[in-house]
Amino acid sequence: MEEDKEPAERRQGRRSFLQAFAAALGCGGMAIAANAVVREAVAAGSPPPIPNIPGYDWTKHHWAFGVDATKCIGCLRCVEACKAENEVARDAHHFRTWVERYVYLEGEDTPRIDSQADPVNISASGSEGEYRFANRYKDAKVDKAFFVPKLCNQCTHPACVQVCPTGATYKTEDGVVVIDHTYCIGCQYCVQACPYGARFFNAELKVTDKCTWCYHRITKGMLPACVEVCPVGARIFGDRNDMQSPISQFIKNNRVDVLRPETGNAPNVFYVGIDKDVD
Amino acid sequence: MEALFQAAPFTGYVYPNETVFPWGVLIVVYPYITGLVAGAFTVSSLYQVFGIQQVKPVAHFALLVSLCMMLFVPTPLLLHLGHPERAFNAVITPHWSSAMAMFGYFAGFYIILLLLETWFVFRPYIVHQAQQRKGLLAWFYRALSLGSYDLSEKAMRYDRKWIFALAVTGIPAAHGLHGYVGFIFGSLKSREWWSSDLMPAIFLFSAIISGTALLVVLYYVSCKLRKVPVDLDCIKGMAYTLWGFVMFTLLLELVEFGSLVYKGREGIDVIWEFITGPLIVPFFVLQLAIGAVIPIVWLSYMFWRRTTGNALVFGITMSALLVLFEVMMMRFNVVIGGQEIAKTGKGLLTFQWLLFDREGVLGAASVLIAPLVLLLVMVRLFPPWEDPKKALPH
Repeated sequence: MEEDKEPAERRQGRRSFLQAFAAALGCGGMAIAANAVVREAVAAGSPPPIPNIPGYDWTKHHWAFGVDATKCIGCLRCVEACKAENEVARDAHHFRTWVERYVYLEGEDTPRIDSQADPVNISASGSEGEYRFANRYKDAKVDKAFFVPKLCNQCTHPACVQVCPTGATYKTEDGVVVIDHTYCIGCQYCVQACPYGARFFNAELKVTDKCTWCYHRITKGMLPACVEVCPVGARIFGDRNDMQSPISQFIKNNRVDVLRPETGNAPNVFYVGIDKDVD
Repeated sequence: MEALFQAAPFTGYVYPNETVFPWGVLIVVYPYITGLVAGAFTVSSLYQVFGIQQVKPVAHFALLVSLCMMLFVPTPLLLHLGHPERAFNAVITPHWSSAMAMFGYFAGFYIILLLLETWFVFRPYIVHQAQQRKGLLAWFYRALSLGSYDLSEKAMRYDRKWIFALAVTGIPAAHGLHGYVGFIFGSLKSREWWSSDLMPAIFLFSAIISGTALLVVLYYVSCKLRKVPVDLDCIKGMAYTLWGFVMFTLLLELVEFGSLVYKGREGIDVIWEFITGPLIVPFFVLQLAIGAVIPIVWLSYMFWRRTTGNALVFGITMSALLVLFEVMMMRFNVVIGGQEIAKTGKGLLTFQWLLFDREGVLGAASVLIAPLVLLLVMVRLFPPWEDPKKALPH
């Protein structure tokens, strides 16, 4: 009965140790919960930290984007400009913006859809780094055809921000969803969550990437690169706080649509001239 | 040099960014291992909490299996991350609206719980070894004993109270951990294939069957290695558990599948194309027919005919192997299948298998095998088998 001879202090010691351990676990749990409550309260009560951009006050702007699909000619200058401006990989699998072509052939109910990334179009351009739409329907009878530029919708309720485990991607006060590339862990949950396919994984930086409406330009009073280069004015950008801005006028003077409203994401890219098959 | 990305071929129209699959086979392995943890823990709890004597011979072994698997659960995630060195960002500054942010806490809590329960369960053995052994291992056991050699009836009662409490807490913890993995997929509205309220339940039940099946197989292998007869009662107990839960899991899967097809929301045409084309072999043949229906029929037949002896052991072990395969295919069909249906609802992609890549098959297979290697070491350090000669307290 050697065990019985063990000093009571030792048994007591073990008991106290376990009690202390349980208490520590409990305290740890409460600390985590408290931290959560405090963070939520702080998040609800105050805006995110203001970025250090000289002469720019993000509380004074409410950016929005418009696309007039009736004007787009599919020249793809926007795609080229975006790739150059934002150093997006020059291949057919990573785009901050792209253009879709919808072609309804005679006797067909559903459109034939492609983008500049389609292998046929890439082979027509001769390189994954240059973009053009191949004239692939020249021998067909086309009923209706149009182009639709696509980009991040900078949603009011962005699913990508909701699922980000670290908060590396967040919505700015002026309405743009951005990513902190120094904090992103590269799990790609946001890529999965975006219903519009607007996000991609930047294989070089090993973080996710997306259109920011050229945040580095718009906060300096410039236009996004794609808007700047569009030769037909199919892309419209501006501040909704300014009633005279192109975007405010665009939304006011047209009946606008958004893509996939049923997701509840509340997109902020407003479309004119799209068809039922566009989403 | 390793390619930076692998583009997937497609038919129809897919968004240009979709041609690179965000999640590969490592993310298939992740829910698989998590499921094995939850399933093995369930078997352990059948004895520890519900006192089911039939599974007593594997109760402690189940705990070790669960622990070994759990220690490797973060591995596939870390290997997958673009910046694994930043993984703790999710723990230090968790973004509470993200289902994924909870992972660190859930996993951390559960690992501590498993370590504690395992320590209590093996404490008598640790104390014996600390007192009897000499050399380096003696120091190992002495350190593990935390300085207490008290094995009195009172102390053991105290230990049993803790084991019970931890096992009771562990049931919702293990199942919560896995249900939450299902939620990660089910809560995404961007993919019709995943966006289902039944997803957490399906993940949970498939976890239970995979863990139970793994225990059956490992128990059989261990009996062969130890050259001891298989405890028929024990393996039959696990087989009944397997049988019931496999039927329920299959039912849930069919209800979910039927509901998706019957509702026929946007993109159903492409889903039909997927179901009647690329999905026939991996889903209908491999997952449902071979992985679920055959084990159910086989087990039912053996129970009905009151099969016993070697035929029973063989039948149960083979059924368990098929169930393990079923759950692996289920994870594959969910994770990879979901990404093969384009978000446009107008196109299908084809997953590209990689062998040597960081996210390749070899890496994923190594992650799957690693816990078993650890288990080999653990069963030597902490023998989980009842030894009638030594009559270790269980």
